Amino acid sequence: MSGELLRAEGIGKRFGGFVALEGITVSFAAGQLTSIIGPNGAGKSTFFNILSGALTPTSGKLHFRGRELNGLPQHRFVHQGISRSYQITNIFPDLSVHENVRVAAQALTVSYDIWRNRTRLTELHARADAALEAVGLLARRSELAKFLSHGQQRALEIAIALVSEPELLLLDEPTAGMGPEETKDMVALLERLADKRTVLLVEHKMKMVLGLSKRVVVLHHGRLLADGAPDEIRSNPEVRRVYLGQSEGYG
Amino acid sequence: MTSPSSGEVIAKPAPSGIGRILDHRVLLSIVVLALLPWLLPSKALAVNVLIYGVVVMGYNLLFGYTGLLSFGQAAFFGAGAYFTGIAIGRYGVPWFAAVPIAVSLSTCLAAAIGIVSTRTRGIYFSMVTLALAQLVYYVALQAASFTGGENGLRGFTVDRISLFGLQVNFLDPVNKYYVLMALAALAMWFQSRILNSPFGAVIEAIRENEQRARACGYDVERSKLVVFMLSGAISSLGGCMLALHLSIVPLDILHYQTSGMIVMMVLLGGARSFFGPFVGAASFLILEDVISLWTPHWQIVVGAIFVLFVLFLPKGIWGTLMDVIGVGKARP
Repeated sequence: MSGELLRAEGIGKRFGGFVALEGITVSFAAGQLTSIIGPNGAGKSTFFNILSGALTPTSGKLHFRGRELNGLPQHRFVHQGISRSYQITNIFPDLSVHENVRVAAQALTVSYDIWRNRTRLTELHARADAALEAVGLLARRSELAKFLSHGQQRALEIAIALVSEPELLLLDEPTAGMGPEETKDMVALLERLADKRTVLLVEHKMKMVLGLSKRVVVLHHGRLLADGAPDEIRSNPEVRRVYLGQSEGYG
Repeated sequence: MTSPSSGEVIAKPAPSGIGRILDHRVLLSIVVLALLPWLLPSKALAVNVLIYGVVVMGYNLLFGYTGLLSFGQAAFFGAGAYFTGIAIGRYGVPWFAAVPIAVSLSTCLAAAIGIVSTRTRGIYFSMVTLALAQLVYYVALQAASFTGGENGLRGFTVDRISLFGLQVNFLDPVNKYYVLMALAALAMWFQSRILNSPFGAVIEAIRENEQRARACGYDVERSKLVVFMLSGAISSLGGCMLALHLSIVPLDILHYQTSGMIVMMVLLGGARSFFGPFVGAASFLILEDVISLWTPHWQIVVGAIFVLFVLFLPKGIWGTLMDVIGVGKARP
């Protein structure tokens, strides 16, 4: 089932007079880890928000498994098989760790049912626990999410995105604000995830990105600058000029 | 009171004795309410606690559990009362049919107000609900031929009711209390049902993080509309109870001061707790009774107490008590 999973065709986004993205055409095959990089303000987050339905593009089309996504409200994207995590930790702080993930799993099956008991939907509990185990948080399932450490909250964030069994997992800077130890754990987690599913990653940490990805897409000033294997990107003179050079190499 | 956020229930490590007892929150609440007329100084006060308790409980679904601060809950309280009174007085509908009719019509009103207001967020939501509820107030004021205008609605006294062939004198305060308590029990069962359901989990997720709930795949706007209607339905049942109790509907019930009082009651008792609304209604009404004995400016004192609560006891009386005895916290 490899082959094209997601295709963006001439995606553009304007905010008033400001052009955040223009003419992005790129497609992503199933079953690999691709990273999107670029300097601050390159349009990475905007692009990500469009891919996850949070923003509607002003021009261009999105196809996912051959189906056009344009005009679909954001909450339907998960039902199509696209799930995301956020750059800023974005969890349900006053719910237990387990409930954070369980409620995310529930979104795909029941929303408006008031006649059943949620505790009896045992399949959802099991799925939530499996997702927590995958990110190494099962031992803390009963604690309130707000009491987790920053790194653990980032992992919880991924578990929330993961529990919907997405075909495409979008991760927005999963190591943001992490120390070296936590980053190492997260990289290991990402490697495990990429074994089984299609992952799209936005990241700042170049060294990590180049080591982890099968393919790297570089954005600059809202345009596609380069697209290729990590080695090609590393030696691409354009990329070196706009990105690697300015931040003294490997941020 | 088990915390309704207890998704940890299945693998809950042997709940404490208190935790297990409080799993039966509806039953316990009914027991407490059944004793209320004998615990409070007057039967009239007990009936008011019952009625406002139900109204505030419905509001708690919206404010405490979903995190939507509405200043217009009086519209549904009032609608329940007016529709009950009009159905009985004008159309001769028996009381037991008037109540479901009134609740249904009030729920439709909640749908109409909800469709407009749930599109907005934060302070705008509060203001839109306030404005629309005031609109309902002025409609009731102007449509005097239906509602009695500023004199309030009169002429629908329910003095005796038949229950399964049994004639009950409804003018007797004790009989009246227990008939109304049956309605309150129904409301509590329904509220508990919602909180335990999958939909109860959705509204909590929306309260905790609306953006994340949407990204998880929930239709946030529609869920808010549904909870707005459910909340209006429960509060309107309180209105029905008031109409049956007083045999008049004062116009003031629709005024925004009533909405403000509902907000104060839920904060005094404890938002996000099951029994908090009844505790809040009781404390507010007792304070009003006691303080108005020695000063006509009782509102100043109640207001000061309210401010102290917001500052130092944000979880209210019942919510704080539940925390102290360790119920409702996530267990490690």
